[in-house]
Amino acid sequence: MLRSSSSERGPLWRDPAVRALVIQALLLLGLLGLILLMVTNTLANLEARGITTGLGFLQERAGFSIPQSLIDYSGDSTYGRTFVVGLLNTLLVSGLGIVLATLIGFAVGIARLSSNWLLARLATTYVEIFRNIPLLVQILFWYFAVLQALPSPRQSLSLFEALFLNVRGLMVPAPVAQPGFEATLWALALALAAVVSLTLYARRLQVRTGKALPVYRLGALILIGLPLAVFLITGRPLAWDLPALSGFNFKGGITVIPELMALWLALSIYTASFIAEIVRSGIQSVPQGQVEAARAISLPGNITLRKVVIPQAMRVIVPQLTSQYLNLIKNSSLATAIGYPDLVAVFAGTTLNQTGQAIEIIAMTMAVYLLISLVVSALMNLYNARTLLKER
Amino acid sequence: MAEMATRNEMIEARRPPDQRRGALGWLRANLFDGPLNGTITLLVLALLGWGLWPLVQWALIEADWLGSTREACSGEGACWVFISARFETIVYGFYPEAARWRVDAVFLMLALLIAWLAIPRLPAKRWVGLFALVGFPVLAYGLLIGGHFGLMAVPTREWGGLMLTLTIAIVGIVGSLPLGVVLALGRRSKMPLVRGICVVFIEFWRGVPLITVLFMASVMLPLFVPTEVEFDKLLRALIGIMFFWSAYMAEVVRGGLQAIPRGQEEAAKALGMGYWRRMALIVLPQALKLVIPGIVNTFIALFKDTSLVLIIGLFDLLAIIRAGLTDSNWLGFAIEGYVFAALMFWIFCFSMSRYSQYIERRLHTGHRN
Repeated sequence: MLRSSSSERGPLWRDPAVRALVIQALLLLGLLGLILLMVTNTLANLEARGITTGLGFLQERAGFSIPQSLIDYSGDSTYGRTFVVGLLNTLLVSGLGIVLATLIGFAVGIARLSSNWLLARLATTYVEIFRNIPLLVQILFWYFAVLQALPSPRQSLSLFEALFLNVRGLMVPAPVAQPGFEATLWALALALAAVVSLTLYARRLQVRTGKALPVYRLGALILIGLPLAVFLITGRPLAWDLPALSGFNFKGGITVIPELMALWLALSIYTASFIAEIVRSGIQSVPQGQVEAARAISLPGNITLRKVVIPQAMRVIVPQLTSQYLNLIKNSSLATAIGYPDLVAVFAGTTLNQTGQAIEIIAMTMAVYLLISLVVSALMNLYNARTLLKER
Repeated sequence: MAEMATRNEMIEARRPPDQRRGALGWLRANLFDGPLNGTITLLVLALLGWGLWPLVQWALIEADWLGSTREACSGEGACWVFISARFETIVYGFYPEAARWRVDAVFLMLALLIAWLAIPRLPAKRWVGLFALVGFPVLAYGLLIGGHFGLMAVPTREWGGLMLTLTIAIVGIVGSLPLGVVLALGRRSKMPLVRGICVVFIEFWRGVPLITVLFMASVMLPLFVPTEVEFDKLLRALIGIMFFWSAYMAEVVRGGLQAIPRGQEEAAKALGMGYWRRMALIVLPQALKLVIPGIVNTFIALFKDTSLVLIIGLFDLLAIIRAGLTDSNWLGFAIEGYVFAALMFWIFCFSMSRYSQYIERRLHTGHRN
């Protein structure tokens, strides 16, 4: 407050501190006024339309069925349960989409940098085509133009009489655990723990003595070998429930509904075109000098890739990759266009139409997405802080 | 040691270096460089032969182009008659036929404005840009909605097709850019309340999917205004789209603001410039120029996402084509319909992305030294 001590002070409204206070006070007043206006309007509107408020509706009977649910659900379940079912379906398609989009994206991104002209061109064409077509068009195309054109259940396309593809979806065999299968699961958990401790031990060993253990090979051996051995010893306690045609439809097995397939394909292919660009720019961002320096100290090619190029490329790739994953999760809400029962379709769609409680439902739906975004961003910031270039 | 320096016999002739020129040399260097690359090339060629050729045959060679009913289609290839028969609807929606010249006039004006702004050599960019941002929207709105100067009134529920898609895209672009600039400036403000409001606003819109925003605009917005006020459906969607994209725009602009050295603003301060003049004359022109590619990329994303309005029941380009698919005279042309919709969006988005790359190259040379 140097200014206030000076004898020749200007007028009060020229003082930046005072001005900032006044501006903020006005802003606050305006904001509060706006909120007050909206609240009174909303209350008047709700009263005029006879809409109840509050979250009580979550305990009411929903009375509509959902074609795909990961937990027990029937028309007698509550609206609260439809919310959970929708959320799980959103997470399911997002998880599947993230895996497939990452696989395609990395493959295409690396193919774009291939020295093979034809392959690089093909990858570029893929990227330019799929990222410039709206996702909604792609979803509708896969659903209405491709999957709806598949044959009826009686004329299903089949693979080894175990996989069936028809207009009702993809039928795959379902694994059924027999008594004694728990042992295999326990073995898997044990193997996972062993691999983690092996990795930690190997790292410490290398820091202390400079000796490197073949962590990848040992780890793979433990992770596959141990559960497999237990599985075989306990007498292969796993049966397969094969889908089979009965009447007009298939019974048994797991049915992947066409809505899920269309959404999964479209989300993966669309997002992969963005991931490919991120991977390409990430790899290109590693200066050539890094590879040359690694070669100069005679590091072998695969170690150069694993210890020099990939860690530096990942620092560029991972933050953008995360934001693509977030986009994918948010884009999965387009499910409602083809009737895949995700959060928006069952909750902000059907439930909203039945109860009319727009404010609560839209707010809850938005809060879910907001929460996912915030959690992922927080994890991202943690990663960024860890991999930040240590500059001195 | 000494005998190493002399040599008594002739060095044997070596093979000449590879022929690296000409078509054969190019093939060898780029496609058949070693067994792995050769295999990949053959695989890709096989894939193209298996996938691309039937596609070309379907879409072009065996396709039917002429006619006005579905009988004109042989069923061998694509039936583009489905598109050509309803092309007028796809472009104008339900806009009354007698007034369609007004839409044409707006399209023409838009094309001229974009061409003027996009070609770097043409002069008076600032004034044309100002007209594009302020004068054109008012003029276009007046022409399209009608109801005065003897023009027939056309309510927004009769708008549709490509015309509606472009309307939403342009209003979204024109609205979200200034709002985004204000938000970006607010986020860098020293006043905690201003900064806080801007941060919350930006992060909120960026954290939710556009579709929930559109749902909110269509079911919640009418609750916020007094009961008597009738809220146009298109206007509601536009407000949602504008807020949503302004948040993304703000982050792009913020990237540009952060790239401007602080000395620029300090120098302006030293000359006695106030905040708004500092921003408008010194900081923003440099910052916005830096992030033009990012802004265009946001435009592309906005343009693609205009298709989402079909979910709240507006008849944009995609929704009109979809409605055509349920016409009982024209059942079974889903592939043609969606391929055409994809092509239309692709043309717009691809040309925008090419333009953005061109601008990036142009600006890059100016900054490199």
